[in-house]
Parts: sequence; C-alpha cells; structure tokens
Amino acid sequence: MAQAHAAAHHDHPHDHHDQESLKIMGFWIFLVTDCILFASLFATYVVLRTHTAGGPAGHELFEVPGFVAETFILLTSSYTSGLATLAMHKGNTKALIGWLIVTALLGAAFIGLEISEFANMVHEGATIATSAFLSAFYTLVGTHGLHVSLGLVWMTAIMIQLARRGITPVTHRKVFTVTLYWHFLDVVWIFLFTVVYLMGVM
Amino acid sequence: MEMFEEIKSFASTFFVTGDPLIYGADVAIVMTMLAIVFVLTYYKKWGWLWREWLTTVDHKKIGIMYLIASLLMLFRGGVDALLMRLQLAMPDVHFLHSEHYNAIFTTHGTIMILFMAMPMMFALFNIVVPLQIGARDVAYPFLNALSFWLFFFGAMLFNLSFVIGGSPDSGWLAYPPLSELSSSPGVGQNFYIWGIQISGIGSLATGINFLVTILKMRAPGMKLMQMPLFSWSVLSSCVMIIFAFPILTVTLALLFIDRFTGAHFFTLDGGGNPMMYVNLIWMWGHPEVYIVVIPAFGIYSEIVSTFSKKTIFGYKSMVFSMMIISVLSFFTWVHHFFTMGAGADVNTFFAISTMAIGIPTGVKVFNWLFTMFRGRIQMKQPMLWTLAFIPCFVVGGATGVMLAVAPADYQYHNSYFLIAHFHQVLIGGVVFGYLAGIYYWWPKMFGFKLDERLGKWGFWFWNIGFYVCFMPQYALGFMGMTRRVYTYGWDMGWAPLNFVSTVGAFLMGIGFIFQVWQIAYSIKHGERDLTGDPWNGRTLEWSIPSPAPLYNFAVLPQVNSMDAWWEKKQQMQQGEVKQEPVKLEPIHMPKNSAIPFVMSFFWFIAGFGFTFLWVWMAVAGLIGVGICLLVRSFQYDTDYYISVDEIRRTEKALGRAV
Amino acid sequence: MRKRDWFHRGKWMLMAAMATLLLAGCDNRYLVLNPKGPVAETEYRLIVLSAVLCAAVVIPVLALLAFIIYRYRDKPDNKAPYKPDWAHSTTLEVVWWGIPIVIIAILGYFTARTTFALVKPPVTDATPITIQVTSLDWKWLFTYPDQKVATVNYVEIPAGVPVQFVLTSDAPMNSFWVPQLGGQEYTMPGMAMRLWLQADHPGEYFGQGANFTGKGFAHMQFKVIAKPQAEFEAWAQNVRKTAPAMTKEDYTALAKPGLSETRTYSSYPEGLFEEIVKKNGGQEHDHSMNHDGMTHTP
Repeated sequence: MAQAHAAAHHDHPHDHHDQESLKIMGFWIFLVTDCILFASLFATYVVLRTHTAGGPAGHELFEVPGFVAETFILLTSSYTSGLATLAMHKGNTKALIGWLIVTALLGAAFIGLEISEFANMVHEGATIATSAFLSAFYTLVGTHGLHVSLGLVWMTAIMIQLARRGITPVTHRKVFTVTLYWHFLDVVWIFLFTVVYLMGVM
Repeated sequence: MEMFEEIKSFASTFFVTGDPLIYGADVAIVMTMLAIVFVLTYYKKWGWLWREWLTTVDHKKIGIMYLIASLLMLFRGGVDALLMRLQLAMPDVHFLHSEHYNAIFTTHGTIMILFMAMPMMFALFNIVVPLQIGARDVAYPFLNALSFWLFFFGAMLFNLSFVIGGSPDSGWLAYPPLSELSSSPGVGQNFYIWGIQISGIGSLATGINFLVTILKMRAPGMKLMQMPLFSWSVLSSCVMIIFAFPILTVTLALLFIDRFTGAHFFTLDGGGNPMMYVNLIWMWGHPEVYIVVIPAFGIYSEIVSTFSKKTIFGYKSMVFSMMIISVLSFFTWVHHFFTMGAGADVNTFFAISTMAIGIPTGVKVFNWLFTMFRGRIQMKQPMLWTLAFIPCFVVGGATGVMLAVAPADYQYHNSYFLIAHFHQVLIGGVVFGYLAGIYYWWPKMFGFKLDERLGKWGFWFWNIGFYVCFMPQYALGFMGMTRRVYTYGWDMGWAPLNFVSTVGAFLMGIGFIFQVWQIAYSIKHGERDLTGDPWNGRTLEWSIPSPAPLYNFAVLPQVNSMDAWWEKKQQMQQGEVKQEPVKLEPIHMPKNSAIPFVMSFFWFIAGFGFTFLWVWMAVAGLIGVGICLLVRSFQYDTDYYISVDEIRRTEKALGRAV
Repeated sequence: MRKRDWFHRGKWMLMAAMATLLLAGCDNRYLVLNPKGPVAETEYRLIVLSAVLCAAVVIPVLALLAFIIYRYRDKPDNKAPYKPDWAHSTTLEVVWWGIPIVIIAILGYFTARTTFALVKPPVTDATPITIQVTSLDWKWLFTYPDQKVATVNYVEIPAGVPVQFVLTSDAPMNSFWVPQLGGQEYTMPGMAMRLWLQADHPGEYFGQGANFTGKGFAHMQFKVIAKPQAEFEAWAQNVRKTAPAMTKEDYTALAKPGLSETRTYSSYPEGLFEEIVKKNGGQEHDHSMNHDGMTHTP
C-alpha cells in the first residue's frame, strides 16, 4: 500500500506543479485584496490628515532622519530578499537562508525604529486618541507595521522549513510568495513615505 | 458572601435579563443543545461528526453545512421579522419596547444579509461550481473549510449577543456616531463588529478560492465562453467580493479602533468624520447586494434553460451584462444617501449610474423571456420560483429606478417605500433565486427530490404573503411612514395597511413552515434520483451520480461546447458516441484537517475577548490562531491518492460502468 | 399647457399601474402625493414621470411573460412552435438593449435638470427667510436668526415665502422631513446643510425625523405651522414678549437625551447654532458653511 502510494506520487509530478502554481495565483489575488485594504486606509488618512483638532500636525511630529532611515532599511531588505530569490534559483540553500536572515534582520530593525518612533510620539502626548489625524496616522502606519511583523514570523517559519527540507517545489513556492509579499510591503511603504511623511513635513 | 454578590452582579450584566422572550430563548437554546448532545452520545455519533463533517475539506459537505446554517439563520431572521410586524400591526402596541425593537431590526438586517444570504449563496457555490465546471474540488479545499468555519463561528458570536451581553441596536450598517461608544456603550456593537469581521474574512477567502477555481480548474476543453451561466455569475460575484470586502474589513476595524482606543475616525469630537463611515460602508454595501443577487441571476439562467428545454437565449449578452453590473456596482454607492447633499453634480452622476444598472438587468429579463419563447415550459418547483421571480423583480427593479431619481429620492429616502423596494429585490430576486437553486440541485446533493405537493403549498404562501406584506409598504412610504419607528399613533392613518402587511408576513412564515415540513417529509418519501439526471439537465453536474462520489468525476470530462452534457446526450441518442474503455488514474485528493475548525474557534475566542474588552482573552485567542497557522505551514503530508481499484469499486456501487 | 396635460395623463397612468395604491391616491393621508408647496410639487411630478416611464416597460413585460407562459406550456397537444436551438437574434438583442437605454436617457435628463433646479430657492417675489434646525436626542430645536426666537418640536413659517432651513445636529445624524412641503435632508453634526422649502398656503404640516437615532427616534415628530406673513410676524413679536428666554444652561439641559414637549423661547444665546456646528467638527470643514442651496459639497 505504502509502495503504491509512493509510486503514485512519482507518476504525478505535474499534480504538485499545478498545486504550487495555483497557490501562487491565489496569493496574487490576496495581494489585490490587501491593496484595496491599504487603499481604504490611505483614503481615510487623506480625508483626516488636516483634522488635527488642536493637536500637533505632521510637521511637528515627524522626524526626518527617523523615517528616512526606516525607508532605507526597508528598501534594502527588499533588495536582499531579491538576492535570496536569486540564490534559490541557483539552488544554493545556504545562501538563500543567509539572505533571508539578512532580510528578516533588516525588517526587525525597521519595526524597532517604527516602535521607537511611535513611543516618542506617545511620550510627547500625541496618542491615537488625540485627534482624527493621529488616529488615521497610527492606524495606517501601524497596519503596515503589523504586516511587516507577520511577514517576519512567516519568513522565520519558512527558513526553518528550508533548513529541514532544502529547496523543493513546495518550499520554492513558499519563498516566492513570502518575497512577493515583502516587495508588496515595500511598495506600500513608498506610498506611505510620500503621502504620510513627505507631504506631512512639507 | 461578598463574592456571591459579585458573581450575581456580573451575571446580571453578562447575561441578558428581564425579558420573558429572552428567557424563553435561553431555555430553548439549552434544551436544543442538550438534545443534540444526547442524540450524538446515544447513537455514538461524535466520532462520525468529527471525521465526516467538522474536519471535512470536501466542497459538497461544506456546501451542505453552509445550507443548514443558512436555513437556521433564515429562521432566526424570520422570527425577528415577525416580532417586528407584530409590534407594528396596530398603533401604540406595547409588545416590544423601543430598545428591544431597535435590537431586533438591527439583527434582522445583519442576519438576513450576512448570515443568511451569504452562506446560502456559498452553499450553492460549493455544491454546484466544481461539479458544473468538471473539477474534483475547489482550488484550495483547506481554505474552503476555513472559510466555512470562520463564517460559522462569526455567526455564532453574533447570535450569542441575544442571550449574553445584549444585542447591537444601531441599525444593520451601524452608522456612527450612534454606533460609537458615546451613544452605544454596551457590548452589542462589539458583537456586531467581531461577528461580521470574522465571517467576513471567510467570505473574502471564498471569493479568492472560487475565482481561482473557475479560472484554473475547468474541465479540459471548456472555454470561458462555454461555461454555464451559473459559474459565470459566481465568477462575477467573486470579483466583486474581492474588491468590496476589504473595504468592509477596514470600516469595521476603524469603528472598533474608535470604540477600543478612543480614536476619532467617526466621532463627533476630535476631528472625526461620521460621513466618511457612511461612504465607506456603502462602498462595500452596494456591491454586496449585487454580490448576492448576481448568483441568483445565474441560477435563473440555468433553470429557465433546463425547464424550457431550450438553449439559453443571448448567452453572450448574459455574460456581458453580468460583467457590466459588477463593474457599475462600484460606482453607485452614493445613491444610499443622496440626502446627505453631496452637490447637484455628484447626485446627478450617481443617479444616472444607478439607473444605468437597470439597462443590463433589463436585458437579462428579456433574455430569460425569450429563452422560454418557443420552448416548452415545465412547471416544476425550481421553474415555479423562477417564474415568480420575474414579475417580482421587474416591479422591484422599476421602483429601484424610481428611487434612483435623486430629487424624488428626497421623498422616498428612509421611508417604507424604500423598505418595500429592497425587500422586493432581495426576497423576489435573491431568496426566490436561492430557493429555486436549492430545489433544483437538491437531488444532486442528497439523491432525492423534494415533494412537489408540499412545495407548492409553500410556494403559494410565500408568494401571496410577499405581495400582501410588501405592497402596502410602498403606500405607507407615500403616507410618510419612516423606517425603524417602533410605534406610531392612530392619527396618521397608517394602521390599516400596517395590519395587512403583518398578515402578509405571517403568510410567508407559514410558507416557510411548509418548506420545513416538505424537507422532513421528502427525506422519507421523496422521489429517489437513481439516474443522476432527474431534470434532463444540460450541464456537467448532471452527468455524474447523485449524490456525487467523493472525487466527483472518475474521469475528467472532455468539453467541446456549451451545455456539454446536453450535447453529449444528443450525440448518444444519435448513436455517435462509442463507449470506449477509459483509462482510470489514481486521483489526487486533499486530506481532512482539524485546523480550520480549531483555528476558527480561536478566532471566536479572540472575538469574544475583544467584545468584552478582555484583552487577555483576545490575545490568547489570537495566539491560538497564530499557532494554527504555523502548524499548518509545517504540515507537508496534506494529500493522498485514491487508487484505481477504489474508484472502480465506487463507480460500480453507483451503477456506473468504467 | 401641453406639459400640464402630459402630467395629468401621467397621473392617470400611474393610477392604472398601481391601482390598489392610488385608489386612495387623492386621499390626503398620502402626504407625498399631496404636495402643498413648489418643492414638493416638483418632486411629485418627477415621481409621476418616473412611475410612468417604468410602467411603460413593466406592463408590457408582464403581459409578455403571461403570454409566453401560457403559449409555450409543456402540454402534449400544444401546437406552438418549439425550437430548442434558437438562441440568438441580433435584431432582438438590439431592441432590448435599446429600450432601456432610451428610457434611462429620458429619465436621466429630467433627473439632472431637477437636481440642479432644486438647489435654487423656489421662484417668488417674497423675500426668503432663514430658520436654523438642530436635531437633538430626541427633539427638534428651531432657532429664527431674523426673529431671534426659538421653538422646540414645532416651527412657524410664513406661507408663500421660500424658507431656507439650515440643518445641523447636536446628536447622531437625523433627517429633516416635511413630506408635503418637500423631500428630506440629513441633519449632520458639524455641518450646516441647506434645504429650501415653501408652503403655498397657510396650514399645519406633518414633519418628522427620518433617520434612525436610537431609543426615542419614533417620537421625533414636529408640526410645521404656515401662516400669512403678517400673522407670522405678529406671532414672533408675541413670543418675544411673553415666552421665557433660553439660557446656555437651558440649552444644555435640552440637549440631554430624552423627549420634550413643544416649547417656545423669546430668545436664545447669541450664535448658538454656529457654536453647535463648530463644536461638532465644524472647524474641520469650515467651507461647508458658505454654500448656498439645497445640496452642496461638504
């Protein structure tokens, strides 16, 4: 019976291939829904960005070195995740895991900076309950940060699976989707950087 | 002693108290649960329940679970409706007090749209789509199970508010600032947010799942333009789900952030903007009504063609009009609040875009009519509901066009004219459609037909009841009666028509009872379907046994035309098809999994925690969700193969030669 | 003249279409169908027009449906043609894409015209007056900036004079609706919306809140009392002499959730309405204060 099973597996490599490409397609559509989620949050932010209700405005709160550093770190992590994909195409598991670790560390640094930025603002008395502008700010930026954090956990899980199993069609697909997700978050951040921070300090 | 007092005071706020109706419900719920536990234990069915249903990833069983849940919700929503109609039957009735009435109309609306129409629609998606396009399952069976359990636990959470904590009472779309903490300090609003939020994630996943299923898993040779119209309607509905539901997620999340953290998205103070909520919720809410009605259009198309014994008329027009509707549906949301006064230019744009939806819809009606024209119309149950749908929907659509006339809407808005209109399109369009679909595909699900005689009784009670209930409401709108009033005085002259309307509502209730009776009766006495093709059908689902085997198709069919099964039957009659021995191959199937159930249960825990603002509980629930996700990520042994021998045995048992 | 004819014919056809409803159509309980001012009259005509246009499609479709069901029923002795593969006709398709397009085009034209027309005050020689409306939980406060008086749960207006109601809310959003004078408009916190209404003749008209606001919503009804201009002025003068004044504290007490009897005040705190708008977020969208007309951009 077990042998029959194994034989059956051998006979149908295309099943697996189909399965993986299906999952990738589904992930693309998930990203479409995530795009709309962020679009709604951006729209909310744009409506409320002037509603400071006597509280501080963006140019009083945002610190240029902070958000510029965040931007560079996240962009670099997107690049290193690209290097991870290249390593995967070459079949180099070690380099793949290595670059994923670098990506994750950069992501963690980004999150660290964001948390300290939020902590500073709260310390200055600019909390989510201060004004509609700040509610929209924390929610929009925080949702992106939450996405990055979940991405970190996910990426770590994939690294463990890579270490155990090496590059297989399944892990290949998983690396592909997680890096796709990572690039997506990078693109969202570029919009955040422009709409929230640059337009905020200008 | 002090502790006892504390427990007592906690319990009196935790449980809803002080109303005999609710005590009655408490007793009924406990009794039902005890009865279920007893039956399962007595017949030793716990293992069966777990293995065959709670952990299943089979789309057919998931469909049946959706169906059962949605019928239960139809019952609850219907009881809500009858309570409201009793209260309004006469002026100055003191059957329900204001707060109770407000809770009931809120739960009625929310349940009927989100916990009745949506799951009933998903039931039909699940039961029909893979069979109709010649697939062995959906694209992501595991995700499909997860969608169901998220819906189920979301609905449970929402319904729990009836006996624990208190129901939401600020309307089915919960406009702030009424739904904000300042005006609705109770937990009811949190139940609303989390119940919908959790099931909404499931709906979104279903949208993705079926879109990919339809695009990627059609039988070999089936081109998109040869696909049955129901599958087209599902595709159209899924596209709308994908674009609309994230907006709902965001909107409810923002409302909850306001309530939970004191933020100011929609509050009066702090620069909040309640009008933004109204815009956001309708950007989801308007497409939502098309999400539920378009699949009903698909069902009618299948039924009209089958029971007129004729090819559907204007197939391309049908596809094209559904696609136009799904695009236009995103550009009409402002017509829900013309009276917000967004400017003559904005109102004109949205008035005309709304009327424009009438064009493709009208075209569909003509195509249905001309499918019957020069056909042979068989008055079977599914066709009866379809024929009842046409006049009902045509009139409802016409009043919809009247409502779209922005300046006139200033007179209809929030009145019973509006109530009558949307019930006419939602009952006449959506409910009739799903009922038609249930009657049509019932034999495919269970292997027997539903009894015609009892069904006809149900049908006529529903239909006559519908007109008796809702036609007077158009008139009440012209009399100036506004929606959501829990009582009215004798002086307005609204009494007679309201009384008539209440009578109609109860007639529909009797119709529902007939249908329940019909199901119970047919389980024993219904006509068995041994052919797999009880209606002389046209599409692939009728080419396989009823109920379909686990793997649906022993051999994937080769499709060359529209109405593939009809085509094949024609060829067989003319003796053009030679029975060639087919080569069976092992079939790749997904394994059952407990994770969807467990993970959704953790979502329920998290939702309950957030509802009562017990952060520890919410966090514990979310951690549980996270662990489930990780466990799934590390699972590699998720599928298996059905051997050729087993397929052969199964097919033989079903009386099919392979 | 011709136009009038048209509408009369339309009225007749509407009656035919909705017989049950309009058997009682002249019955004065049908407030929307018994307009008493130019705004409600315009909206009423549009209602009739749209009903007629819809009926023009609906009635033939229903007749066709009945005919088809009868003629093509599945009976062995049915001699009607049966063509199971007849599934396309370009001519027919063009016809039924065409019909709704034409109907929608006609209706769209009238809708656009009326939408823009209703932004302007009704045309008369009389000088318009302004009355401010604040919806509270669960009562209506009317302040008269020209007469300097205030009323609760009833409003007096001069007949034959366009009245510009300026609407806001100091509670969840409601909707101000006097069916016989014209359609409703939302009262929104932090906004000052404008709605033109006019009563042609003296009389009492029923008004109510139309948008759900919670527990006491069903009781938010008010009377609109239209009087000849001179009587209206006399009424205001009398109120200024005899009624009590409204203080800030009185307003705070009034704004608390609860029901209220009708009340009359000889005066109200200076700038009360503007302050209400401002404190509920009006400062965030100041520009909304300066628009004219029935509808406008927030």
